[in-house]
Amino acid sequence: MVDANQIIGAAHDNVQHDSAVKHVTGEAIYIDDMPRLPNTLECILITSPIAHAKINSIDTTKALSSPGVLAALSAADIIGKNDVAPVFEGEPILAIDCVEYVGHPIIILAAETYDQAYNASKLVEVEYTELEPILTIQDAIKKKSFTFKPPVICRGDPDKAIQNANHRLQGTLKCGGQDHFYLESNIAVAIPSPEDKDITVYCSTQHPTEAQHGIANVLGIPMNAVTVEVRRMGGAFGGKESQPTIIASLAALVAVKTGRPAKLRLRRDADMIITGKRHDYDFEYDVGFGVDGQIDGIDISMAMRSGNVADLSSGVLARSLCHADNCYFLPNVRFRGYPCKTNTVSNTAFRGFGGPQGMIIIECILEHIGFYLNKSIDEIRQINYYGINDRNETPYGQIVKDNIICKLSDQLMSKVDYEARKKEIENFNLKNQILKKGIAAMPVKFGISFNMPALNQAGALIHVYTDGSVYLNHGGTEMGQGLFVKIAQVVATVFQIDIENIKISATRTDKVPNTSATAASAGSDLNGMAAYDAADKIKNRMITVAAQYFGSDENKINFRQNRIYCGNKNISFADLAQMTWEARISLSATGYYKTPDITWDPISCSGTPFYYFTYGFAISEVVIDLLTGESRILKTDIIQDCGKSLNPRVDYGQIEGAFVQGMGWLTSEELVWNKTGELLTHGPSTYKIPGSRDVPQDFNIHILEDEPNKAQTIFRSKAVGEPPLMLAISVWLAIRDAISRSSGSKSPPQLDAPATPEAILLAINNSRIAKNDR
Amino acid sequence: MALQFTINGVSQFIETISPTVTLLDYLREHISLKGTKEGCAEGDCGACTVIIAERTKRDTKYRAINSCLLLLPQVDGKHLLTVEGLGCKFENRRAILEPIQKSMVDGDGTQCGFCTPGIIMSLYAFYNSSKIQTDKNIHDALAGNLCRCTGYRSIVDAARQERVFTEKKVISENLSTVAEYSHEGQRFFKPKTLKEISKIYSTYPSSTLLAGGTDLGLSFSKDRQVTQTIIFTGDVKELGIIEETNKALTIGSAVTYSEILPYLDKLFPSFANLVTRIGSDQIRNVGTICGNIATASPIGDTLPCLIALNSQLKICSNNGERKVDIEDFFISYRKTNLKKGEFIKSVSIPKLNATQKFRAYKVSKRYDQDISAVIGAFLIEFNQERVAKTIIAFGGMDSTPRRALHSEKQLTGETWTEENINKVSEKISEEFKPISDLRASSTYRSQVAGNLFKRFYFDLVDSNKPNQVVDL
Repeated sequence: MVDANQIIGAAHDNVQHDSAVKHVTGEAIYIDDMPRLPNTLECILITSPIAHAKINSIDTTKALSSPGVLAALSAADIIGKNDVAPVFEGEPILAIDCVEYVGHPIIILAAETYDQAYNASKLVEVEYTELEPILTIQDAIKKKSFTFKPPVICRGDPDKAIQNANHRLQGTLKCGGQDHFYLESNIAVAIPSPEDKDITVYCSTQHPTEAQHGIANVLGIPMNAVTVEVRRMGGAFGGKESQPTIIASLAALVAVKTGRPAKLRLRRDADMIITGKRHDYDFEYDVGFGVDGQIDGIDISMAMRSGNVADLSSGVLARSLCHADNCYFLPNVRFRGYPCKTNTVSNTAFRGFGGPQGMIIIECILEHIGFYLNKSIDEIRQINYYGINDRNETPYGQIVKDNIICKLSDQLMSKVDYEARKKEIENFNLKNQILKKGIAAMPVKFGISFNMPALNQAGALIHVYTDGSVYLNHGGTEMGQGLFVKIAQVVATVFQIDIENIKISATRTDKVPNTSATAASAGSDLNGMAAYDAADKIKNRMITVAAQYFGSDENKINFRQNRIYCGNKNISFADLAQMTWEARISLSATGYYKTPDITWDPISCSGTPFYYFTYGFAISEVVIDLLTGESRILKTDIIQDCGKSLNPRVDYGQIEGAFVQGMGWLTSEELVWNKTGELLTHGPSTYKIPGSRDVPQDFNIHILEDEPNKAQTIFRSKAVGEPPLMLAISVWLAIRDAISRSSGSKSPPQLDAPATPEAILLAINNSRIAKNDR
Repeated sequence: MALQFTINGVSQFIETISPTVTLLDYLREHISLKGTKEGCAEGDCGACTVIIAERTKRDTKYRAINSCLLLLPQVDGKHLLTVEGLGCKFENRRAILEPIQKSMVDGDGTQCGFCTPGIIMSLYAFYNSSKIQTDKNIHDALAGNLCRCTGYRSIVDAARQERVFTEKKVISENLSTVAEYSHEGQRFFKPKTLKEISKIYSTYPSSTLLAGGTDLGLSFSKDRQVTQTIIFTGDVKELGIIEETNKALTIGSAVTYSEILPYLDKLFPSFANLVTRIGSDQIRNVGTICGNIATASPIGDTLPCLIALNSQLKICSNNGERKVDIEDFFISYRKTNLKKGEFIKSVSIPKLNATQKFRAYKVSKRYDQDISAVIGAFLIEFNQERVAKTIIAFGGMDSTPRRALHSEKQLTGETWTEENINKVSEKISEEFKPISDLRASSTYRSQVAGNLFKRFYFDLVDSNKPNQVVDL
């Protein structure tokens, strides 16, 4: 590949986010900041107050006669297909006959102003007959209520292995869900075309193609009549993968029905009530192991709360099943997934996509084994880590070829003096009656690629203009993660021109079609390769022209520092662009990429779904308060594998941000529902994401050096968006460590996730009881 | 009469807009200044942060506030700064940035950028304040701003950058303010004297009193209420007084948390510490202690403190003044003993004598900007080794903030020992039947209430030893 140096903004350089200046000056435009077209209607959703009910009647007469109101549309008004299911089918945007959760949209109401729409929304009358709801995972399991067929990964004979093992343990764990809390809530603005039946929709979405597809279906028009555009999102984290399709389709429906532009922006509370979140899980396990703690057989049930429909739950659950091995070789395995259909909002993608839940349970099991054998969890991990040449096959049949977990673990443990710190903590705890410290490590191995091979493809579109400026477009979306700047670096590197010559442009379905969601951490892997392909095509054509001009062989042509060299002679990139045009050779190309060598059989849950693995290792130290259960993170050290990072500056931000988000999931972020299925925590006053003081006081991130990706990714970089989130499990384990140190109990603490002060205090109480029982 | 204020130096005249339109809606919907964002419309995320600039005798002071909770008449006569007013002049296609903007860019303090304008405004106010750049002060300045992308480390680092002197944004002359603003039947009164307020209130007894509006603001920003008559207390001189005598600290009902904090810090540092956990700078810059009292929430953070400190309220109406002990002010859930036409004039907190000790503790899911599960506030008076008198007050334990009278009685006359404290702690847990809600269960609240009293004991025994997680 190309030698990347000398130009400004090459691959591997520390380049600032392309929009950083626009962010700090407030000039960056989000959907709601776009100039408002005259006649734009403001929309609001009328949603169900009941978790499960039959709709008897809908009366919108009063609402429609309210000032400024133009439309009140229900399922009956949908022209095409009332279904935006991303994987299965039967997921309507407006409830048909029956509502299935509190917050289920029934009507979209449009008025001249938001206040008019808001006031009219109170006048819509819906009559219901209440049906019995299923609100919890346990309830759904009892009633065998699932959104799709429960999947299983099975290898060897786990039952026999568990029975024959020296030791056997069983247990349960619950981990809570998580709201995305992107600062910009869901929004779409739909603009109908005055001619044809075309429509353009600006939507804050990670998946413009899916939104386009959904809109076309709902409106009953072909996809070529729908254009979806997104320049940037104000955060997404998976919450804008499938959910915006609903929002975009609804806005489009209003626009087409009224012939006027329509905006649907969910206010914060509506966003949190109406749209999906990270799945909460209930786990049960049964494990058999040897005297040294090596696992012989394991059986884990993972029951997720899918919500009222499947949405992306099948992918999430598959990833849980594929990550419950984390870094460990498990010879005899049964991982069972249960996608529980409940009368709560349908849960959806969230950074990690089921991986975090898969990992938390295996770590909990290893900790349990440690307690039982009176060893540290670190020792149990060590003996169970995947081997290099043997013991290297995952439960789903993929060979782990790039295992570097021991290297990461060794490096970080010695760097932070892990064992010595454990002793210091012991001393601290002896001297302090109220405050107790704990420490824990967390290894992560995360599979990169969408589990569904078809999704692992991408496209790009590049134009070079005759002045040498370059226009770049690709299927990836920008949600703050720095994808756009990374892809621009790739193109700058191919052409060997400074990055400022490359115009970054909004993602649009009419520029690059049939794209995948920017998700699964794969945005730069996929789009980077596609952009490389497009740029390389143009570059090769330009080489031909340059060779003719210099009268030399093509292999003597060098692109370097904004110029094209042939021996001692050189011309500027712009001059060559002009010459290429004069030679009547195209300066525009599409690029395409598909991830090689991946397979997945969803029936048997086996194959090689991942192109490679990204690794990471973290150590966190916490302190807890025995009087109140409050906790703080004192120090976290992370070493993260980024391959040969495309942009370390951007990657540091991803690592820190993901870690803190994971920390929130496991500590302060608690979703609370009442007994009738209403979400009680639907704003930042009640749902507490981390604030600046909650971040580890001493927070050190290291990117692993000299470990280029063994797989042939773009400039040998690795995906980084999701993997560090799971490093935050170190915080949860450290809190557990502090709890058991505080009581001296020999059994694991009874602490679910999130570890709120209340959960911690309860675990402290129980840990004391357990200690005294012995 | 027209409202008049400036935004980034540009004069604004408001004549035809409802007085219950928020400043945020005005910025975004009326004058298309879209740099300021709406993230929550409840004053919790900080994406809507703007600055109120005030010229003092020697200096210009910047106060960060949540524009989502402020009504237009509240900024009448004020000078406002939004993100558009900071360093966005371009030279040679490069932006001239304020130092704090530059630090945020250079240090990668932005990712998605949606929270950034709010963070820039908070940090700009902090940057131009006299507050030392300690970690604590930086976190205090950022407590009202949520970021979901960065994990904050980069933002905190940007706030740590050495301050460089830059010219403060010039504030033009003082603007006049109106006494009343009306629009389509809605009235917003801005009385200047106590007399006026009493008179207007007796003429419009069903009108709404607005002090800071950090609670009330939600009914406009979220519930889109079109309140008919509002009386704003913020301009009344007599309500803005802070009076410290040998005996007591008296706080007028228009005094904001931020204004009173230095006094509390000197006289009741533990109370001050708790006040820094109420909302955020943005909230404390407009919210008032007396507003907290009048709202009468069982989880109002200052209430147990004021009870434990034997505070007294002065209540005012057209018929004159009366005094009431704060303990008797709260009748039942969110009900006070204010009669029609009455309002709070001030609260007086007696100073502590040498034999008295006071501490207040708050427990919530998140340290900053969270609503309490339990607040405990304790006053103790010693006579030699024995407890002469104690007041044990809690919030979050009943439908009103209240004292644990039986526990107080049990402890009075006893020695200050761990054994006795453990007994009282148990008694406290028994003395309340708190509710379970999204913040905490009844069981947790009961246990923690008792345990907070233990914390009080450990604090007094050895105040240097860290005994809260934030101390480490």
